[in-house]
Amino acid sequence: MPTAARGVLTGWGRYPRAACTRVTPPAPDAIAAALAAQPTTIARGNGRSYGDSSLNPDGVLSTARLSHMLAFDAQSGVLVCEAGTLLGDITNALLPHGWFVPVTPGTRFVTVGGMIASDVHGKNHHGAGSFADHLLWLDLALPDGRTLRISPDAETALFAATCGGMGLTGVIVRAAFTLQRVETALIRQRTLRAPNLEAAFAVFEAAQTATYSVAWIDGLASGASLGRSVIHIGEHARRDELPLADRAAPFARPAKRRLRVPFDFPAFALSRIPVKIFNELAYHLPTTGEQLIDLDSYFYPLDAVLDWNRIYGRRGFVQYQCVLPLAESPIGIRRLLEAIATGGDASFLAVLKRMGPQSFGMLSFPMPGYTLAMDFPANARNLALLARLDAITAEHHGRIYLTKDATATAEAVARGYPRLDAFRDVRQRYGLAGRVESLQSRRLEI
Amino acid sequence: MTAIPTPVLIIAAGSDIGIALAHGYAARGCALILAGRDTAALATTRSDLEIRYGVTVEVVRCDVTEPDPEPFFDALGVVPGTVVMVAGLLGNQTQATDNAAHAEQIMATNYSGPARMLLAAARRMTPSDTIIGISSVAGDRGRASNYVYGSAKAGFTAFLSGLRNAHAKRGVHVLTVKPGFVDTRMTAGLDLPPVLTAQPGDVAEAIIRAQLRGRNVIYTKPIWWLIMLIIRHIPEAIFKRLTL
Repeated sequence: MPTAARGVLTGWGRYPRAACTRVTPPAPDAIAAALAAQPTTIARGNGRSYGDSSLNPDGVLSTARLSHMLAFDAQSGVLVCEAGTLLGDITNALLPHGWFVPVTPGTRFVTVGGMIASDVHGKNHHGAGSFADHLLWLDLALPDGRTLRISPDAETALFAATCGGMGLTGVIVRAAFTLQRVETALIRQRTLRAPNLEAAFAVFEAAQTATYSVAWIDGLASGASLGRSVIHIGEHARRDELPLADRAAPFARPAKRRLRVPFDFPAFALSRIPVKIFNELAYHLPTTGEQLIDLDSYFYPLDAVLDWNRIYGRRGFVQYQCVLPLAESPIGIRRLLEAIATGGDASFLAVLKRMGPQSFGMLSFPMPGYTLAMDFPANARNLALLARLDAITAEHHGRIYLTKDATATAEAVARGYPRLDAFRDVRQRYGLAGRVESLQSRRLEI
Repeated sequence: MTAIPTPVLIIAAGSDIGIALAHGYAARGCALILAGRDTAALATTRSDLEIRYGVTVEVVRCDVTEPDPEPFFDALGVVPGTVVMVAGLLGNQTQATDNAAHAEQIMATNYSGPARMLLAAARRMTPSDTIIGISSVAGDRGRASNYVYGSAKAGFTAFLSGLRNAHAKRGVHVLTVKPGFVDTRMTAGLDLPPVLTAQPGDVAEAIIRAQLRGRNVIYTKPIWWLIMLIIRHIPEAIFKRLTL
């Protein structure tokens, strides 16, 4: 039985903070004992969900030591790995052989278990769906001591609850999923500027056949410039698209200089004027047109700055991410941006993205429409703003992303997730209610 | 020395330092032989290393406390270019004081077993090969809190010194490694001071770098060299009264 450690944990946003008892099983067969020893448990991977999804004062089960890649089939591209395996390690191991994950979130520092529990989406969601759409099966440890292999064909309700289920259906032990073939480690990127929100929507709708698309959006722009964006459209570069000199080593990746934020920034660093200047530059500086950029810079720009969450200071930050149905997006996203521009503190990390079909996961976030994500320093003014944003999201039949959430009410979340009762039913049937919990699930009465 | 002689045999490869060493050597493209008691766990490590680094990895069962190491080496089918002995058991000093069997287990796992195995390894190894023994700062001076463990490590340190002396002329190199506190399962539950405590990955990197530079004896966290220098030089009349 591994020893339990007690200490303060947070999500990536460093808000909220909670003293938690944490146990780190050294091998999969130690999970059952760890579950049995704690009154309630939530699994935690690399702690990259933003709020309180992986916090539980009574019991956190870390998958840090369950990080083995178990089998890779170079014909089919199927990888079997343990839940604590980091996405970045998978890329390092398999990209040189021409394989890349089918769906990637905006950081490499997530675990496979976390990607399943959040049913993460990427810049290709409109075409490729979310991560769970590429899962073949997973092994799930339950508090009653059983470990079940579940899939689209076995224990289907439990599988649909687990994908996007925020770890509330047990501990994901290992999983199998299919990678995509790529010819190079480069992305052919096309950059466009959209002077306002309507123009940004038009670019996204025209880019529906592109593999990847995402926009950085200026959260401080208002009036005629409201929603002005820089949109990046991307394709995996083919080998014959590389300069001749680079074709011999198509999977070479430039060694990155890693920066680290060495201390917590003081509050004025993110006050309105500096961010206004930043956003002005971020809108005007990028060169439009086509260029080849390395995959790490395209998918993980923020990973180049380790501990970037410290720029929000000691109090931490919250990220607001919601998705609105397609028909509601033109008005709803505009209302959200207006509320942010007038009522919130500065935010320079803001993202707009067109999403594709709803996934099968009961609590999966994506739905056809537009998703908006934005960071806010955690202070009273911004927490009040989040409640207003929740109300706007609800009025437009939208949905709050649980992986980012730290503050929403049970009612606000429930309105966006029509299958929440089916999810609760699964938790009753498999003996999960009252045994597998997070601070988030308690707050949201899941 | 510029290259690492291969394959690299890691004995007690399932320990935290053993796993970290396996990653360090595999990342440098070395073929590996992982030896340990829990071959099922080692098989998991093997698949992980093969997928991550594209190296070949063998898994063999090995218990350093078994009396005759010859069958183990005969069955390998290859003479390793580098042998790393990671086996060790901290045990419990209080229990060892009252229980001879526990004391014997600590002595066998830290001294007699590893020494027997390295004798057998050294007989087979050829010029430019390397033997690496993980001893401990605890072997630098016996202390009340862990002198059964410490004395076994002291014996192992002396053994490695002699082995180095015996094989230097024919070019088989011996590296003695003295980690201080390391954050591993061996020390889980102990309250270790963070500044004096190394991570297994740091220890592994220090060992491989020392091998590449042909070092003889290293403290993997240099502060421990200074600490043990002081501890070794405290006069016995004073030392015996201290609580250490």
